[in-house]
Amino acid sequence: MSEFTLRLRRYDPESGQAPYWAEYTVDLEGHRSVLEGILQAKGELDGSIGIRCSCRAAICGSCGVLINGKTGLACHTHLDKAARHAKDGVIEVEPMANMPVIKDLIVDMDAVHWKKIQRVTPWLINKEPIPEREYIAPHESMVDITQSMACIQCGACVSSCLSLEIDPLFVGPAALAKAYRFVGDPRDAQQYERLKDLAEDPHGMYDCTHCFSCIEACPKGVAPMNQIMRLRRVAGDHEIVDRNNGHRHEAAFATLVKGYGLLHEAELLPRSYGGDSWFGKFHPAAGQELLDSLPVITRALLRRKVTPKGALLGHKIPKDDLASVQRIFDAVESRDERDELNLYISGYDEDDTGAQDAGAGGQAHAGNAADQGQPGQTPEESPAR
Amino acid sequence: MKLAYWPGCVSRGFTPELHGSMAKVAPLLDLELVELDRASCCGAGVIAEHSQELADTLNARTFALAQQTGNPMMMNICSTCQGSQTECQERLDANAEYRERINATLQPDGLRYEKGEVVNKNLLWLLVEDFGLDELRARVRRPLKDLRVGPFYGCYIIRPTDRLGIDEEKPRDRYLHMLIEALGGTVIEYAGQHKCCGFPIITMNKDASLKQAARHLGDAIDAHADCLVTPCPLCHLNLDLQQPLAERYGGRDLGLPVLHLPQLLGLALGLDPDDLGLARHVVKPTTVIDWTQSVVAGVGGGSAGW
Repeated sequence: MSEFTLRLRRYDPESGQAPYWAEYTVDLEGHRSVLEGILQAKGELDGSIGIRCSCRAAICGSCGVLINGKTGLACHTHLDKAARHAKDGVIEVEPMANMPVIKDLIVDMDAVHWKKIQRVTPWLINKEPIPEREYIAPHESMVDITQSMACIQCGACVSSCLSLEIDPLFVGPAALAKAYRFVGDPRDAQQYERLKDLAEDPHGMYDCTHCFSCIEACPKGVAPMNQIMRLRRVAGDHEIVDRNNGHRHEAAFATLVKGYGLLHEAELLPRSYGGDSWFGKFHPAAGQELLDSLPVITRALLRRKVTPKGALLGHKIPKDDLASVQRIFDAVESRDERDELNLYISGYDEDDTGAQDAGAGGQAHAGNAADQGQPGQTPEESPAR
Repeated sequence: MKLAYWPGCVSRGFTPELHGSMAKVAPLLDLELVELDRASCCGAGVIAEHSQELADTLNARTFALAQQTGNPMMMNICSTCQGSQTECQERLDANAEYRERINATLQPDGLRYEKGEVVNKNLLWLLVEDFGLDELRARVRRPLKDLRVGPFYGCYIIRPTDRLGIDEEKPRDRYLHMLIEALGGTVIEYAGQHKCCGFPIITMNKDASLKQAARHLGDAIDAHADCLVTPCPLCHLNLDLQQPLAERYGGRDLGLPVLHLPQLLGLALGLDPDDLGLARHVVKPTTVIDWTQSVVAGVGGGSAGW
């Protein structure tokens, strides 16, 4: 047994007092969870501590909190690890962010998380006519959505979302991952309508800043941001051109990299507003944007950050290499079906000889990954090491 | 140290001072850079959003070109390149069959990506893990004494930690802190250091995008930072180039200089601010530099020189 000190953020709105910090020292083995630490403090030191919990095994999703500033499940975080990551050795526990606090470590999930989940019509809208017996769905398409189905609705991603922090109207990572669960389900009748709705919403799928916070926070490997990217990809397949410039931006980016080999930033911005062609910059929407950004453009030119020549012509890779890049674009884009590898489902090769087991698209390990509710990550093999 | 060098697009486009300052700093650190000028854009996550296979193939091509230089280490100077290339490399390395399918597309050009032959590291990681901070300290000519620097990492280089190999042994999400200290500066801890600059949604939700930039800049100012330093040129676009607009959207005056990582290095290694392209920033780095003296910090800022 060892001693761990917890610094809990306490707040009782009914008391009329401001939030405050209180420290509690508990005696537990290091591999015990932060939740057990909080419960010992509640049981032995101060019964008024508010914490929501149930299963204590990372299944029910009740005990989401901030531990040393990072969102996670209290039951899924070891005391010794949390102490090592604490800035002064004291484990700091706060209620989750982006949601109002009811009391101490309990946040109002109804006010934010569940409202957003309800926003995306979180049920299957069945196709007509209803078959006499069950719907038959291809196995692969159901495997595809197991990752978003692994969600336990703990709200950790909502708490960690850096876009939501600035724009509280953002539909958010949990709800958008839930939306993909139905967009990816072949039995659903309204995939186009769902996508169109979330693409046109100014706080919808294009409001995600691609910051990876939700991927980092999710205790079940759902990777909500990846599901948002899939929503965008499928919206592109449906040729949904939204008023938020989401699709135009993506299309213009790809067109410019195909045309130049490198990103031509000065063309990307007007095309994102005005449309994916050389004429995009003459569209009124692009003109309006140009006008709005005039103070910035003027300074960039004055400081020689951007030269008029560079802004007009962009930069290109050598001719032969550009041809090679364009050949790759053509080869990939002419395929009938996308070739996508989802590591959550496929897992990782143990070594090169074991690759045959992975199968096409690597779905042989699907059951295993889904059972664990965790991606089969092996950080030791990270390519960045 | 000889390295395959991938500068990225933005360092040669809208932030030319980044590529330029890297070229000035490299000889002082005995880094011999073999530039991958035939490689294409990493896709910055947007190509992957369009087609995952396309992003993986383009980056496999870049890795194959790096392999051809014969150097096992490929260096980048962009957090976003680091993140999106590592994501592609993770998939390429994870599944031999997938890797073969990608290699089949590269084959007509005689290129092939081999697992384990290229390690791709940002300048920041390379300095801490391979060059060494002690060695760096020994080369500092003008310690950044009294300069209060706020680190701004950029999302792509710190999350997800598993993929990027960040753990207690390699605290890569603290490397900027360690580097600023090694250069003699003072680290400013502020709320936004690991947050998002907002750049990826600048065309989709300008209001939210620039409010993010404004909030982090404001937090750093409130924590008494003289400047920020970032290893990400895309963050630099939102934090520096767009700062006048961020002031408007965020509703407060800012005026906080933002330096690229090689610029901060260059100042400490004794280079002239002009050579490091500091005059090209939208926000004048007057709190960092007395232009007439080329002395770092402690000059009151604003009135002198430039």
